[in-house]
Parts: sequence; structure tokens; C-alpha cells
Amino acid sequence: MTFEEIKQILITQFGENIVSEEKGPQPILTAPAEKIADLCKFLFEDERLYFDFLQSMSALDNGPVLATMELVYNMTSIPYGHNLMIKIAFPRNAADEPLPNIPTVSHIWRTADWHEREAFDLMGINFVNHPDMRRILLPEDWEGNPLRKDYQAQEEYHGIHVRSENV
Amino acid sequence: MSERIKTGDGGIILTNAEDLMNWARLSSLWPMGFGIACCAIEMMATYASHYDLERFGIMPRPSPRQSDVMIVAGTVTFKMADRIRRLYEQMPEPRYVISMGSCSNCGGPYWEHGYHVVKGVDRIIPVDVYVPGCPPRPEALIGGFMKLQEKIRGEHPLAPELFLEMQDGVPA
Repeated sequence: MTFEEIKQILITQFGENIVSEEKGPQPILTAPAEKIADLCKFLFEDERLYFDFLQSMSALDNGPVLATMELVYNMTSIPYGHNLMIKIAFPRNAADEPLPNIPTVSHIWRTADWHEREAFDLMGINFVNHPDMRRILLPEDWEGNPLRKDYQAQEEYHGIHVRSENV
Repeated sequence: MSERIKTGDGGIILTNAEDLMNWARLSSLWPMGFGIACCAIEMMATYASHYDLERFGIMPRPSPRQSDVMIVAGTVTFKMADRIRRLYEQMPEPRYVISMGSCSNCGGPYWEHGYHVVKGVDRIIPVDVYVPGCPPRPEALIGGFMKLQEKIRGEHPLAPELFLEMQDGVPA
């Protein structure tokens, strides 16, 4: 199935707010962030599409000036052999605001469970209805989300000076 | 010496208790069997038949309670730092630490942007020997062990402090 056909199926199902971007090496569909769980469920369950394999889920931080973040979902249908890339963009929280809330897709693909925990840990994106939303790599009491553009490492962790130069 | 026929009888070695004890200790250094990152691959190669650390009496132990040496072989993250400190505290004295490789010496390639890396394991536990390299070759690790043996050879585990003061004029 071609990208154009997949796009048409999604537009008939979810309306005109599914936009495509075809200038890169792989065409991308952009969807509204709050729709992502419904969209993914449809992509997984529809017999024509059957995207049974979430290859990866990457988070992007566009920095405090643009004040947006993005999530990129790459998926494959193993029996049909077609691929799809979906992007969602959403506002980024300032330092004193709560983390952005995005619907989880971990109930559709178990792979997403740890991918979402990684995005939560390093990028500070909260996934709503995730079964186990906690840090995956860093210690539980770490401060901040290190892959954010404006991240500043903390001074000390459990009495150990963090930066290279001596105090 | 080499021409003398070894009969197995009549041999006498004169030494003192301290030298004998130091010799015994440095000839059976038991490291704790653990590795943290890629340096551990090099450390395992050193244990294995090609470099054979066993010929120095060095064999890894599965418990910190039975170990004399801790080889910190790899990148020490802050998450690991608490565990390493605890393992070190579980080792009986006298205990030694070999810091193997750039990461555990000073943070290595993570010295500037590695927010999660402890910039030198000596920030959490005292280190006796630093082995440079990224990762150090097995020869270098063996060199580190020989440095540690030299250090142990010069120690005074038995002598009372007062005696050492009389001998050197300085407190031990």
C-alpha cells in the first residue's frame, strides 16, 4: 500500500487535520497530538493497514524559543511490508509548568512502554494512562530532563560534585 | 642459583613475619568479580587464559566479603556510584582499589557533557592505583597489579605505630 492510499484512509477516518509532508526522503504524516492514541489504535486494528510493529518512538525538543516538542512514531506492517512515519507536535512546558500530557500508545504496542518511559525520563513528556510512568535510565531522585535544550546539570548528587572541575 | 639441584630437603628461608605476611597478601590478591563497562571486557581478557592473571594468584571472587581488591573497570554513573560505595564498604580491610581506564580515572570522554558520569571514582572511594587507557590493554592492567603489589610490599601491617615512629621519626 502506498503512502497516498494510507493517507486517504486516515483522512476519511479522522478528517482533514492529518497533513502530509513529502519533501524529505520518507513522507511524514502530521497528526494532532491529542488524537495519537486513537490514530494508532486504528492503524493497528484496520485490516487494510495492520501496523503491528512500532519500530521506534523518538522525542524532539525544539527549545524554549520555539517552545514546541515533537514525537515521531515509525511503524511497519510486517505482513504487508509497508511503513509509516507519524509526527505530532505540541507545546513545551516552561520550567515552572507541569509536563506536557500525551496519550500513551503502550496498550497498542508493548514496545512503546519503555520508549515512553525513556521520553519521560530524558525529555520530560508525560504519557497519560501509561501503566508505569517512571524514569527508566536515570536514578529516581534525579533532577531535570537531560535532553531538553535548556537543561543544566545539578550541582551535586548524593554529596558527589557533578561537574568535572573540582570545587 | 639455577644450576643448583632442588632436592626438597634442608631448605631454610629466613624472614620476618611482616615480610612473609606481605608476600602472602600480594601473592593472592583477590579482586571482586564485577565490571561496569567496556573496560570489563579487557579485564575479562586479562583473567582468561591468554594473559592468565591466575599466575599472580589473582582470581575473581563472587562476594565483596572475600575480596581484597576492587577493580573499577568502566564508566561510573551516578546511579552506580551508591552501589559502588556500598560494595567498597562491604569489603574487609585491608582493601585496595584499582581504577581502570579513563572513565573511572577522571570521567574520560564524558568529562564535559556527561551529566550522568562521576568524574573520577576517587570522588566516592579512595583509589590506590590508576591504570590509564581507553580501555587499557591487559598488559597495562597487569602493570597496575604489579604497582599494587609494590605498594603492599612496603606496608607494615604488624608493626606497632610507636616502633615506626622510632624508626622513621615520623608517625606512620
